[in-house]
Amino acid sequence: MGVRRRLAVFCAKLTDRLIRRLKMGNGGSFPGYVARLVDPQILSRLADMVREKVIVVVGTNGKTTTTSILCHVLEAEGKKVVTNRMGANMLNGIVTGFVLAADKSGNLDADYACIEVDEFASGYVFSRLKPHCVVFTNLFRDQLDRFGEVDAVLDRLKEAVMLVPDAALVLNGDDAVSYSLSYGCGNPVVSYGIGKEFLRDAPGDNTWESVRESAFCRLCGEPLEYDYYHYGQLGGWHCPKCGARRPRPDYSAEDVERGKGEFTFRVVSCGAENAGRKGLGMKKRGRRLSEGEKPGALGGAGGVFGVKFAYDIYNVLSAYAALAAMDAVWGFGEAMKNYHYGNRRESMFVIGGGQVQLHLAKNPMGFQQKLSYLQQDPRPKDVVIQINDTELDGQDVSWLWDVDFQTLRDVSVGRIVVGGTRRYDMGLRLKYEGLLWDFTSDLQKTVLRLAQEGTGNLYVIVNYSGLYRMNHILKGLENSGKLRKEARGHEVDCGVFISKSAQFVR
Amino acid sequence: MKLTVGYLYPNLLNLYGDTGNVKCLQKRLQWRGMEGEVCLFSGGSAIDFQKVDIVLLGGGSDREQEIACRYLKGIGGRLRDFIESGGVLLAVCGGYQLLGNYYRTQNTMIEGLGILDIYTEWKPERLAGDVILDSAAFGSPVVGFENHSGRTYIGNHTPFGRVRQGHGNTDRGEWEGVLYKNVVATYLHGPLLPKNPEVCDYLLERALKRKYGNGAKLEPLPDELEHAASQYIVKRYGKERRLG
Repeated sequence: MGVRRRLAVFCAKLTDRLIRRLKMGNGGSFPGYVARLVDPQILSRLADMVREKVIVVVGTNGKTTTTSILCHVLEAEGKKVVTNRMGANMLNGIVTGFVLAADKSGNLDADYACIEVDEFASGYVFSRLKPHCVVFTNLFRDQLDRFGEVDAVLDRLKEAVMLVPDAALVLNGDDAVSYSLSYGCGNPVVSYGIGKEFLRDAPGDNTWESVRESAFCRLCGEPLEYDYYHYGQLGGWHCPKCGARRPRPDYSAEDVERGKGEFTFRVVSCGAENAGRKGLGMKKRGRRLSEGEKPGALGGAGGVFGVKFAYDIYNVLSAYAALAAMDAVWGFGEAMKNYHYGNRRESMFVIGGGQVQLHLAKNPMGFQQKLSYLQQDPRPKDVVIQINDTELDGQDVSWLWDVDFQTLRDVSVGRIVVGGTRRYDMGLRLKYEGLLWDFTSDLQKTVLRLAQEGTGNLYVIVNYSGLYRMNHILKGLENSGKLRKEARGHEVDCGVFISKSAQFVR
Repeated sequence: MKLTVGYLYPNLLNLYGDTGNVKCLQKRLQWRGMEGEVCLFSGGSAIDFQKVDIVLLGGGSDREQEIACRYLKGIGGRLRDFIESGGVLLAVCGGYQLLGNYYRTQNTMIEGLGILDIYTEWKPERLAGDVILDSAAFGSPVVGFENHSGRTYIGNHTPFGRVRQGHGNTDRGEWEGVLYKNVVATYLHGPLLPKNPEVCDYLLERALKRKYGNGAKLEPLPDELEHAASQYIVKRYGKERRLG
């Protein structure tokens, strides 16, 4: 038949064109909504047309980057890949990705689908997409008002996994929380992890300054013991009571070194060698390698990888593990040489002769990682923080207290300026760390002024809803040399309220 | 002068920025030239309530709460003595529920400490959102963020405040939390204390009085920023909501 499918695709494309024509944005996820109105089965119909594999990516942080690495490597191999760009990871966004990739007659010409999925959409989407592979990045607390606590998220994901008993689960072995998905499930399991402790400055056990998930075994409820931490709850864990422990990962990052401004590492395969070339066949039911088993001849991706952020090590690893599980790693190392971690949503700008970096921090772990990144930059710097509380960001900003801002005391920070709808909450948070900051109600002017008169090294950290607008502002400022010259000529009212000794003066 | 804050089970009950409450108690003492010590107690460790002036019980997931409850049972009697003898305690969300007789969750029945004659029952619809309370004990409205599936029935206990915005203890949006002796028990995160310095000082004052007698008095602090942060929430919801 396919009439409904064809009509659904047609209507969705028309909607998309209309939205663009009317300059109402880039279409977003509305075309997907329209397509589903016309044909409620559209997602499964199109997913069935994917010729080779369907890979989905779930987890708290790193979904977008991991998905984009998967796409990049597959496309470099000449594969046609359908994906949901720009992190539109709810149901309608995913459907939009599929319908816009289909041709006029409603047919999809794709070898692979690589789709990031919001955990709320996971149940429905998994049952329609029937993925061959589910990649889990990690589980941290995130927008608690929307998602609930990590345990609730884990439960939802567990239910979704039960809908796809044949899909290979690619799990982060360093994360005791998400690795617990392997317990009692019949799916083939592939694990990845970072081989050794590599961040000597990771906070230790006896701290309440930075918050960790899951200190307790998910099998028996006993407190877990850690030999080391990478960040958050990621590290070398084991349960002293029931023997549950970090698996020896099938794909491991080895020789991790922190160089100037980047981490270098190699990707080594252990489990796949042992379990046979297919990698998966023998690894049913989460079977772990026993102590005595040695990894076979070292396989893995060729070459040394370099990434800016510690978490990108995991993004590369998980993508590699997923492709290896699908027998599709081919030229991974080669393809990654020209991959840009820019993450499309975060970027670098040159404004007023200075360097401006835009960073997204939407949950405690994300924010903490950005602060660690700042710490690695020895140059003096200014920092702008924008905290909003729209529906996209979560209305509850209490997560700011789960971030350890002491880090900002140790790095050479010139000025800190705080904006966004919840700037007073953010300011209050900084007050408690004895930091000095200013408030702004006009971020554009503030950025311009800091770029021109500050240290020439500006970090702009925003949460979700501020990202697109800030990106737009920074692009505008970068492109507008004229504006720069004019602005230099006279004093700019930068909308900055001056604060004295962490007091509030307006 | 010095107060010791006992933070119970930071590795279990640490949801929703609860550490902010610890920081607030400590800093508001320090800003006044007093000493604020924080003692962390992990599950199963012995707690000498003679050496603790303020106890903090935070929130956790249902699973974590069950584990925490096992530990709390071990110290239940002494915690009760502490509270009955005027010890100061702030219990937030899960901690609040655990002080009651029981919490019937979706799957299990968690028996509480029974220190407060209240009980909690789980319902699928989560009550989440900003909360504004009017409380007789405090001059300015108390603001926070609630996020709970439990409905808590407080019987004859005195509530922490009357709900101007949000839900509070039950779906009905009437009352929130419990005030009992020197205990403040509430669903409010935010975290509660930094944005409601009056509540923080209320706890500090009671703890100082218990330890040092009537002479202890707290000097006012410049709280303009705190008020700006809480006023943002108050203004968002406009005028006082009239209850029928």
